[in-house]
Amino acid sequence: MGLAIVLGLFLSIANPAMFGPRGIVNWLEVSAQLAVLAVGACLLMVAGEFDLSMGSMIAFSGMAMALLIKFAGFAPWLAILSGFALALAVGFIIGMLRVRTGLPSFIVSLAFLFILRGVTIVGARMFNETTLIGGMQNLKHSDFVAFVFGGRVLGGLFNWLASVGWLAKLPNGQPVISGVQMIVVWAVLIGVTAAYVLNGTRFGNWMYATGGDANAARSSGIPIARVRVLLFMFSAFCATVFATCQLFDFGSADAGRGLLKEFEAIIAAVIGGGVLSGGYGSVIGSMLGALIFGIVSQGFFFTGVDGDWFQIFLGVVLLGAVAFNNYARKRISGGI
Amino acid sequence: MLELRGIVKKFGSVIALNDVSFDLEQGEIHCLLGDNGAGKSTLIRIISGYYTPTAGSMSFEGEAVRFESPGDALNRGIGTVYQDLALVPLMSVTRNFFMGREPYKQIGPFKHFKRRYAEAMAAEEMRKIGISLSDPTATVGTLSGGERQTLAIARAVYFGAKVLILDEPTSALGVRQTALVLNYMLQLCERGIAIIFITHNARQAYAVGTRFTVLNRGRTVGTFVPTEKSREELEDLMSGTRELVGMLKTATTG
Repeated sequence: MGLAIVLGLFLSIANPAMFGPRGIVNWLEVSAQLAVLAVGACLLMVAGEFDLSMGSMIAFSGMAMALLIKFAGFAPWLAILSGFALALAVGFIIGMLRVRTGLPSFIVSLAFLFILRGVTIVGARMFNETTLIGGMQNLKHSDFVAFVFGGRVLGGLFNWLASVGWLAKLPNGQPVISGVQMIVVWAVLIGVTAAYVLNGTRFGNWMYATGGDANAARSSGIPIARVRVLLFMFSAFCATVFATCQLFDFGSADAGRGLLKEFEAIIAAVIGGGVLSGGYGSVIGSMLGALIFGIVSQGFFFTGVDGDWFQIFLGVVLLGAVAFNNYARKRISGGI
Repeated sequence: MLELRGIVKKFGSVIALNDVSFDLEQGEIHCLLGDNGAGKSTLIRIISGYYTPTAGSMSFEGEAVRFESPGDALNRGIGTVYQDLALVPLMSVTRNFFMGREPYKQIGPFKHFKRRYAEAMAAEEMRKIGISLSDPTATVGTLSGGERQTLAIARAVYFGAKVLILDEPTSALGVRQTALVLNYMLQLCERGIAIIFITHNARQAYAVGTRFTVLNRGRTVGTFVPTEKSREELEDLMSGTRELVGMLKTATTG
């Protein structure tokens, strides 16, 4: 509610260019990138866990795919499948470490924030001179799987819109928007599925229970270890979707990618109503959190306000959201 | 129907239970008594599959059993209501009622939670024991202590508990609500359900118990029927040695 007011205020001062077709597609894509991560963070948060390795995982899986393509001669589709398998395996390891050692996920995943970043840089240097692998711009058209991540959709729609004059054209006759990045499609797909799983399935109830009270869940026969491990794998999956889309859209992999993304994902989940102590959260809310995040961050860009103000804004919004959620949680849980 | 022989449970070098034996017959309320730290909680957590014993054997309905998880015990018909009630305050009454045993329908790869059906069932079961829920989607956090206790017991019974383990079900309740819970326990016994009633209130044990087993420092002191021992004797056994009681008496009076 309060966020809607903030957003409304913001929109009223924002540059109208932001809500032109190009502006909309721009912040939609930025929001979608974060939304994919936020959904992973949200489900984990509902189950009472954090994954601080998400940002490093983005660099790690993207780099793994790029190395496989460039140095092992893998076809893009095979590299993508291998990259996902690798990421899921790492997610599994993080989850198992969390479950077996009983250490807080904050610590375990923090360790992997560094481990994965380090492995990515070391691995890149081992095969490549630099930590940046480029020159893959055309790979997205080489096979279907690569297109599913790196391609653009709705190109036909924009062409048509331009041909009837509803959309501006570039001097060369092409519409100003060539298409929408696949990450938007992924965000919707992952968001809808996750929202359904959380609220409409048996596993969703297990997530709420695991995060709400792990002991209660365990004594009710819920396999809380399996719930946690699967969700760490899901968050690795989300990070890898993000990484793959970037890899094939930009045509490059960089060991520095995904920095601080884990926190942005958590912030989006909290803005969306997630409770840091677990047991409550909303997938749709997290998606909206990511949308607000995307609109506001691009808004700073469009209005020409110094982008560093965005960080201050973010910190204040985070504090407000946490305070409000905490209050709401106390209301509905009877003060516990 | 349930029999434990020579149960030992160690946590590292700490011996929580040492050679404990216990048995339970159908339709009885077997009170498990003992002071704090006597091993009552450890024992019930073994029966309910939360812990596996270090040594000893357990049989249920004439068959040797070994529970690796709470799910194993639940599937056998051993329902436990812990002191914490295993309720999640942030979740709705319905979600709590069916926690871990959600009615579902397979839809593609998903196990669809039949929420409407679950809501109707939860409201119906709560109504049967005299609690009318205006809203089955209300969170458990909004219920009173007595309502939470009955919700937890009703849930265990609904899921086919033949043996019901109640861990100090009345400790947090007032007199009136305690009477309600004890009365509900007697009703359940008439339906053939066996109850293990953990308490350190000898008065309540006498009110409803058919037998008592007293634990002290991880050992069984003995199993008695109410006519064998007076309440005072029972209380002495629970709190430890008579000498200790005597010492405390002299200390407080003199």
